[in-house]
Amino acid sequence: MSIIVDEKTKLVVSGLTGREGSFHGLRNRAYGTHLAAGVTPGKGGQDVEGVPVFDSIRESVEQAGANTSMIFVPARFAAPAIDEAIESGVETVIAITEGIPVLDMLKTYWKAKEAGVRLIGPNCPGVLSPGKANVGIIPAQFFDPGKIGVVSKSGTLTYQIGNELKQAGEGNSSIVGIGGDPIIGSDFIDILELYEADPETELIVMVGEIGGDAEERAAEFIASEISKPVVAYIAGFTAPPGKQMGHAGAIISGSSGTAQAKKEALEAKGVRVGESPTETAKIAVEVLRG
Amino acid sequence: MDLLEYQGKQLFSAHGVAVPSGEVAETVAETVAAAERIGYPCAIKAQVLIGGRGKAGGIKIAADRDEAEAHAGAILGMDIVGPHGEGPFRVDRVWIEGGSAIADEYYASVILDRGEKKLLAMVSAKGGMDIEAVAAEDPDALVKEHIDPTRPFTAAAARPIVERAGLAEDALDEAAEALAKLAETAMEEDATLIEVNPLIVTEGRDVVALDSKVTIDGNALYRHEGLAELDAEAIDDPQEAMAREKGLTYVKLDGNVGILANGAGLCMSTLDVVAQAGGAPANFLDAGGGSKAEAIVDALTVIVSDEKVSAILFNIFGGITRCDEIAKGIVEASAQIELGVPLAVRLDGTNSEEGLAILAEAGLDDLHQETTMLGAARKVVELAGGA
Repeated sequence: MSIIVDEKTKLVVSGLTGREGSFHGLRNRAYGTHLAAGVTPGKGGQDVEGVPVFDSIRESVEQAGANTSMIFVPARFAAPAIDEAIESGVETVIAITEGIPVLDMLKTYWKAKEAGVRLIGPNCPGVLSPGKANVGIIPAQFFDPGKIGVVSKSGTLTYQIGNELKQAGEGNSSIVGIGGDPIIGSDFIDILELYEADPETELIVMVGEIGGDAEERAAEFIASEISKPVVAYIAGFTAPPGKQMGHAGAIISGSSGTAQAKKEALEAKGVRVGESPTETAKIAVEVLRG
Repeated sequence: MDLLEYQGKQLFSAHGVAVPSGEVAETVAETVAAAERIGYPCAIKAQVLIGGRGKAGGIKIAADRDEAEAHAGAILGMDIVGPHGEGPFRVDRVWIEGGSAIADEYYASVILDRGEKKLLAMVSAKGGMDIEAVAAEDPDALVKEHIDPTRPFTAAAARPIVERAGLAEDALDEAAEALAKLAETAMEEDATLIEVNPLIVTEGRDVVALDSKVTIDGNALYRHEGLAELDAEAIDDPQEAMAREKGLTYVKLDGNVGILANGAGLCMSTLDVVAQAGGAPANFLDAGGGSKAEAIVDALTVIVSDEKVSAILFNIFGGITRCDEIAKGIVEASAQIELGVPLAVRLDGTNSEEGLAILAEAGLDDLHQETTMLGAARKVVELAGGA
């Protein structure tokens, strides 16, 4: 097993006829992902290297059986594109686009929630289940199949840690980039829950960074709901403190959002936190091998 | 993007929230002229993006022309340090407004609640003081209510919130109206934070926003032309301005180790490991995904223009970014500009072997290749003159 994407994934890529969409969509197919369809309004009936193109995501669901949508649409048009995917009948929407206005995402988040559609991202590298499927821009060559589930706010930092795990001889059940934006479809908690239920995953590596309180919430959730070992890394200890504008942010989260506060929250619940990506990978391997 | 107090008030005013009328000035003469037009007493307020201006001496009341001149002279050009040591922030303009006859001081805010994925309205009858302290000592005094982001938030919906907060009976209608308009401002202007402390009731029983803190979502500036212009003029650091022009994500820091990495997370992590190795980062620079050689030339140009920089660390883990492009960029940059400082380079990931071969062939002086992130961090700290 693995989570979110696997052999059963039938991918539809919005913008498959565009430069980015075709590059990454076909790259995902080359990895072994079932690329079922592309969508570009007005280009229905065409194909991209044998992949049928439809006018709407709904048509790709009805006619090509697509169940997972990937969004590569530019930021200004991305929220409506995600909304279209949510209403199309797919189970999962993975939004790679960065720079979407946060209040647009606020509305889109609730649409996904109400429709019961799993939304990953935006501003994320996607999801890779090594040996099975890759949806997004994660460079698959740095990851092997294995027992460690990774969930991360950051793309390149995930590659760094994943590669160190690989060099230590360990692989991954899945790698999920949830994105670093203030409003994302799936938080650490949502993904931790999936890994807990996934029999292939024996240990979870969680990669967070400054801002918000998702790591603090995850710490609480880990203490009450997760039986598998979790190892964490937090980036941003030396990041410049944001100019203090008003105090409302600290009041609602009860946390300063600093790397130190997140580290302490996780450690208080027994989660080991690595000082560097290298140390984090080392701890993960150590814990996994008992 | 954070707005100055007067810019926030202008935004409030455009959405129908009452604010004192005033003028902005950049010199003592302009300040005095504005004060003369506005009349006395008037408030002269330093415009900097930091709290605690009053305590720092950045807000003064002038009773006459002489006082206006003296206060303007003292405030313009002063350096204000924030309550947590932020800054210093140099005052280059002041806002002059008519003195308000304050009867009551309240607190109101509308903020993006990331955890709950909603907007959150907060109101308290205990305004004019540190609201974090109020929340800690007397949590019931701060009323919080989520706002459904998919619907307009009306004065009728705001009314029970201001009632629960215990505001004066005769101010409830106007306070509810003000709260609804602050929420409207947030939704229409893409603000992720709007805070008014204090929201006052005047002796004439009018509800007026006496201060403003506003943060606008940078991703939405494309649809707010006026705000985008304010953003562009707000940058006064030369490196940050240059980086903005070249489309790079750059933040100036205090140290001497220049940093270039790809991806925000890896870049933050690089700052951390350099600090752990005893170094002090000079900047955050995320070269982004898929950087081409030209972007690397731009990035190096920005980094070395900061005179404090005495060594530079390249920490690249190529995914979409190809290490051979990064290497070409380094070689091109050394041909085009006088770097003048040593480089520690770690290239890993996509096409790293090709990249390393390009660097080896170029045989650049004072370029040190490292194979790991931690090794590169230690090397650059040594090159920069040690911990």
